[in-house]
Amino acid sequence: MLNPYIPIVGLFALAAAFALFSVAAAPYIGPRRYNKAKVDAYECGIEPVDQPLGGARFPVKYYLTAMLFIIFDIEIIFLYPWAVANDSLGLFGLIEMVLFIGTVFIAYAYVWRRGGLEWD
Amino acid sequence: MPDLSAPSISYLGLAPVLIVLGAACIGVLVEAFVPRHLRWNAQVSLALLGTVGALAAVILVAGRNELTAARAVAVDGAALFIEGTIAALGALSILMFAERALDPAKSAFVASAALPVGSSADRKLATAPYSQTEVFPLASFAIGGMMLFAASNNLLVMFVALEVLSLPLYLICGMARRRRLLSQESAVKYFLLGSFASAFFLYGLALIYGYSGTVDLGEIREVAARSGASDALFVTGLALLIVGLLFKAGIAPFHAWTPDVYQGAPTAVTALMASCTKVAAFGAILRLLYVGFGTSEWTWRPLIYTIAIVSMVVGAILGITQTDVKRMLAYSSIAHAGFLLVGVIALGDAATAGRGLSSTLFYLLTYGLTTVGGFAVVTLVRDGDGEATHLSKWAGLASRSPLTAAVMTLFLLGLAGLPLTSGFTGKFAVFRAAIDDGAWPLVVVALLASAIAAFFYLRLVVLMYFSAPAEDGPTVGVPGLPTTIVLAVTAAATVILGLAPGAVLDLAEQAAVLVG
Repeated sequence: MLNPYIPIVGLFALAAAFALFSVAAAPYIGPRRYNKAKVDAYECGIEPVDQPLGGARFPVKYYLTAMLFIIFDIEIIFLYPWAVANDSLGLFGLIEMVLFIGTVFIAYAYVWRRGGLEWD
Repeated sequence: MPDLSAPSISYLGLAPVLIVLGAACIGVLVEAFVPRHLRWNAQVSLALLGTVGALAAVILVAGRNELTAARAVAVDGAALFIEGTIAALGALSILMFAERALDPAKSAFVASAALPVGSSADRKLATAPYSQTEVFPLASFAIGGMMLFAASNNLLVMFVALEVLSLPLYLICGMARRRRLLSQESAVKYFLLGSFASAFFLYGLALIYGYSGTVDLGEIREVAARSGASDALFVTGLALLIVGLLFKAGIAPFHAWTPDVYQGAPTAVTALMASCTKVAAFGAILRLLYVGFGTSEWTWRPLIYTIAIVSMVVGAILGITQTDVKRMLAYSSIAHAGFLLVGVIALGDAATAGRGLSSTLFYLLTYGLTTVGGFAVVTLVRDGDGEATHLSKWAGLASRSPLTAAVMTLFLLGLAGLPLTSGFTGKFAVFRAAIDDGAWPLVVVALLASAIAAFFYLRLVVLMYFSAPAEDGPTVGVPGLPTTIVLAVTAAATVILGLAPGAVLDLAEQAAVLVG
């Protein structure tokens, strides 16, 4: 009697083993090229800057981008199940999905018109 | 892959919710495409159109009793009565949002909420006649969420509606033009405690799903009836769900946010929260307890019984110590939530079924109208710093503005539940239902709490009429058309529902149907 959850436990074990192996193997097989970017807190993205003293304003561009990303991220999450079940839902599913994308698009139009997409 | 079939959706039954949310979506587009100088009028008309249209739709579909959208949303008497109440109270709150005559800067909302308080740009905009018109679509979203919240027959839909109603409220709480720090503080407090309560609700939902294998309220009831409902999962899940809902309704001991948030938020938003949010939360409480847990009432009755007593006593006693009108009205709302729970207790047996439900529905309507009126008067009494909410400022108000004092007295008497006002008929209906149900000790406590609460309502009346006016007292603003309409409607409702409540009581009686 093999419990149906055994494969999931196996998957967890595999994932953990892969993570451990990667971290452990990297120092031995990875190339070592030290430069300035290498010792930064984040190797990619903007240069980290100190927050101005006295709590002055700081730009919220990344915050807007992140919010927009979440909107489309959620949209995609709901598009996948619909794509899989498209055959059985038929026209009803199509209309509901168009309505759903339409409402997401309203938020997009708002951000666009109010200058949320302009970087500078 | 399992065969999926499309659910049948009764768009007519869902029309009230869809109209409000549709108006909110169009409001966002208006914000994006309509030129700035036309936006205010466009947004106000759109938001009013949405709420009044929803009220009309409720009247149109009244009498239906069905579950739609795969049993997720109920279209029944209770849901429609509550949706109608929320739409009406929402329209009145939107009118208060739209008031331009009282603040010298033409709006009670901040011109640019993102500016740090006290910065030079903020000081420059403080008196400039600009305002953020986003408050109208945000309020519409909140009202739509409230209507769905009270109509959902499915715990997941209920949770989504809870978030739809909460998130816009968190935002508009922090958008006051005057005393911005206080307003922002209230928004942060509301957000932190509100998301905590949402987490409680979600955890309870998960436990109930673990117990019953469904999130449908009707199916939960059947599972509970079959298996005796003594499971630890079931009891814990029910308790956590109730905690989440009691928080939203502002019921002691989950009331700690209420006074701070009611005080800091713009008064129009406070009116919206005190009336519509409370109605919606009670709609959800009634549906959850009566439909989802109707067969296991022995589990929640003692709990609700105790909480009703705590809420009435805490609201009435702490209300006495308040020195701020808005905080006083906040504690009054906590006490009233306790009185409403007295009605929730009176579920009754088969013979008297519906009495508790109909009286609670009626009480929600009367309380909401009177409360909106009370907060509308608060927006009138002003000094150089915005609204003068400290009680000492209200001393001798009757000599300065007899009409304002008289209207406020009417609302306070209504909240105190004196005869010939709507508050009396509402309390009478709720207490009678509870006595019929054998909960007379609870009614005795409720009467004592009413007497204590009457003290602080009447103290303000005495202060307005029999105290010498303060030297540098506030001025009473002349309201524009929107606030005048709000005051006229709420004052008329307080009197009419007190003198001749028969028709509306009958309506509530007919509406006391829960399907599911």
